[in-house]
Amino acid sequence: MSQHVVSPKIYFAVFASLMLLTALTVWAAFQDLGPFNLAVALGIATLKATLVVLYFMHVRYNPKLIWLVIGLAVAWFGVFLVVTLSDYLSRGWIPFPGK
Amino acid sequence: MPAESHAAAAIHAHQFEDAEQQRDAVTLGMWAFLLTEVLFFGGLFTAYTIYRWSFPAAFALSSHHLDVLLGGVNTVILIGSSLTMALAVHAAQVGGRGVVGYLLLTMLLGSAFLGIKAVEYDHKFAERLIPGASFLMRDESRPAHLDPAGDAVVAAGIASADPGVEADLQHHAQIFFSLYFAMTGMHALHMVVGLGLLAWLVLAARRGRFSPAYSTPVEIVGLYWHFVDIVWIFLFPLLYLIDRHA
Repeated sequence: MSQHVVSPKIYFAVFASLMLLTALTVWAAFQDLGPFNLAVALGIATLKATLVVLYFMHVRYNPKLIWLVIGLAVAWFGVFLVVTLSDYLSRGWIPFPGK
Repeated sequence: MPAESHAAAAIHAHQFEDAEQQRDAVTLGMWAFLLTEVLFFGGLFTAYTIYRWSFPAAFALSSHHLDVLLGGVNTVILIGSSLTMALAVHAAQVGGRGVVGYLLLTMLLGSAFLGIKAVEYDHKFAERLIPGASFLMRDESRPAHLDPAGDAVVAAGIASADPGVEADLQHHAQIFFSLYFAMTGMHALHMVVGLGLLAWLVLAARRGRFSPAYSTPVEIVGLYWHFVDIVWIFLFPLLYLIDRHA
């Protein structure tokens, strides 16, 4: 890859978006969204993390190989979580939702 | 070290064909390291998931003992430090003179984050919220929708030695605070390491080691710093903002 220099304008725009999303996640936490409070909080956090990865960490301008490594990181964490939860759930060590 | 080491000429180690190949390899290596960091913190987040799943009311009640204002201010400070880090990378890439200034600003913001974290830890000591024999979570009132009686009595193989809703709540709240200290503590340790790396960059930048042809160390430390920022972006809502409506 040839080096891609990201303009400070983009950095400031990303920073402003991250500030807005931080305010939004605090506001949302004080609203009663029933079971969706957690989903909204995680959704906003994931969006913020994506902005940081794509722009602050330059991944948007990186080769596919870097995208593959990040995909692997997410996928391995998914395996970690899903396999652990399926074990705990099937042993009855944590309550099954709706039961 | 030869005098031309800070010259505009590309600098690459002898095993690489050219500077670009070196930068690609170093960037890939750093991302491979960050992958292992995702799994390292992934263990903590998985433990958090298991216990929050088991004790939703105890986790929400415990979360209300954290200071949203201090946590929020720290979020702003840390994201601000990511901005100054990104600006330091930009300055290094274009050969601007702001590299040292932006790096020092990043260190200042990182130190402010750790200072606020220390104040928060101190509050937790004063409020007896350190897991152990002296732990006692006192609530003036509990919102009706957060009834600890609904939490699992036995979960993850852990049974309370002294059954009863109140004893169970104190037990489960200690699990929350154990995770709080483990997760924020490991995060803070990463920040301390980051501050050391930034100090090293400042010294190198002052010696004129970086130029548009060679800014890789600044970029790589930047990747590390932003990763630590991302961890906090998830920690803040998961620890401080559980069911705040009441």
